Amino acid sequence: MIETLIVLVKIVCALVWFLLITLYLTWAERKESALMQDRIGANRANFFGIRIIGLFQPFADAIKMAFKEDFTPSFSRKFLHDLAPFLSFFFTGVTIATIPFGDILKIGGKEIKLQVLDINVGLLFVLAMLSFTIYGVLLSGWASNNRWTLIGGLRGAAQLISYEVALGLSLIGLVMVFPSLDFSAIVDFQGELLFGWLPKWGIFLQPLGFLIFLFATMAESERVPFDLPEGESEIVGFFTEYGGMKWGMYMFTDFMKVLIISCLLTTLFFGGYQVPWLYADGFRFPWGGEWLLPHGIVVLFQVLMFNIKVFFFCWLQILLRWTYPRFRYDQLMDFGWKLLIPLSLINIVATAIIMSIL
Amino acid sequence: MLKQLGYFIEIIRGGIITTRHFSVNMFFHILNLFHIKTKRKGAVTIQYPEVRQKIAERHRSLHRLMKREDGKPRCVVCMLCATVCPSECIFIEAEEDPDPEIQKYPARFIIDISRCCFCGFCVEACPEDALRMDTDEIELADYDRDNLVYNLEKLLK
Repeated sequence: MIETLIVLVKIVCALVWFLLITLYLTWAERKESALMQDRIGANRANFFGIRIIGLFQPFADAIKMAFKEDFTPSFSRKFLHDLAPFLSFFFTGVTIATIPFGDILKIGGKEIKLQVLDINVGLLFVLAMLSFTIYGVLLSGWASNNRWTLIGGLRGAAQLISYEVALGLSLIGLVMVFPSLDFSAIVDFQGELLFGWLPKWGIFLQPLGFLIFLFATMAESERVPFDLPEGESEIVGFFTEYGGMKWGMYMFTDFMKVLIISCLLTTLFFGGYQVPWLYADGFRFPWGGEWLLPHGIVVLFQVLMFNIKVFFFCWLQILLRWTYPRFRYDQLMDFGWKLLIPLSLINIVATAIIMSIL
Repeated sequence: MLKQLGYFIEIIRGGIITTRHFSVNMFFHILNLFHIKTKRKGAVTIQYPEVRQKIAERHRSLHRLMKREDGKPRCVVCMLCATVCPSECIFIEAEEDPDPEIQKYPARFIIDISRCCFCGFCVEACPEDALRMDTDEIELADYDRDNLVYNLEKLLK
């Protein structure tokens, strides 16, 4: 009984965290782009005259989209047209289940792992679910029965499948270094120290793998340097025929992908919830100092650290999105097939050689 | 391949520029949040309805008709403004004035602001300096088209 309750609470907490942060990413993107361009950004939305630097903006947007007409073009394939956004949304949203937010929390003799689903193939699960989102892209392009959306959908599918290869290959080096596909095990490995002082994070062991993973996941998220499937400035986008909340779900999926990519980057390459030199009973610094902390504070530190890292990567992705222009389609394919995939192969070979020497 | 790698340096430089803008602006915004006055602001935005920029000296805004000393309109109904108007939004109806020096005065002088393109040709054409566009009124939007038809009383104000 109590076990079921704990699982339910974990699911609710993870979903609320995920959806709320995603909602505020829309606001953060507008504010950050404004700051980069010397503007102010969305600050007018108010609630009975209270406007806290526009923090109610996402809710205003959501209300506006919910009350818009749910329009389906007469020439579209109705069922698939309705299904496609839900597919994208679901398969992106379900990935949060395997991300560890913190280490084991002990309350009243119970040991609660701050992770919804602790499966031993968590990494494969996330990659598989992210691959499923291609169905949403392809189906929406095809079911709209509009030749431009079909082009957009096919472009999207081609791009996602090409970068999926680089994405998978870039992680093989990481899996070789941390011999596990389980996220919590990978994070545990990263709690150790290298040379006695450097945290054994993925970035220090796999710098090239990190770069390849960053670019490949950014291509997966279909945002600006790689936004050919959407093509906001052209009309060739896979969700051209969507409006209202169904379009909103695609938009939301975009930001969910940004967040899940940040979570993946944090978990795989930046030590997840690990704070440098923090152990289960407190800090133990390499230069000899010690700062013992109670168990609750340690877990709080870990969850906070995880959030800080995730927010940093969200910030970085928004920064990149607002800095760079879009790739041309042949450049995109060149970048994926001719640069990222050879580099990831080199990374695998180099990792294997170094590991066999050491 | 090497040629393509060449733009990576520029890409990194671009990222540095946007990061610099972000961090500098963020710094000044945080200072402003704590009510610390700084010479430089975090953004160049003018928050329009609350803060207004001074309108330039030689701007063109809503028209006004000038008056003589006795309060009558200076207009002599020469019809030059109505003729030159490219959007044909000026309508004037003349009436005989008892004063032989003036001869005519406008019984009706209507400018349809909803059609006016604010080119200022009417002001240039007027030989009596009876029409000017210097009222500083630039917010002329209205919910009703009828309110945008400005007659003699409204223009003389």
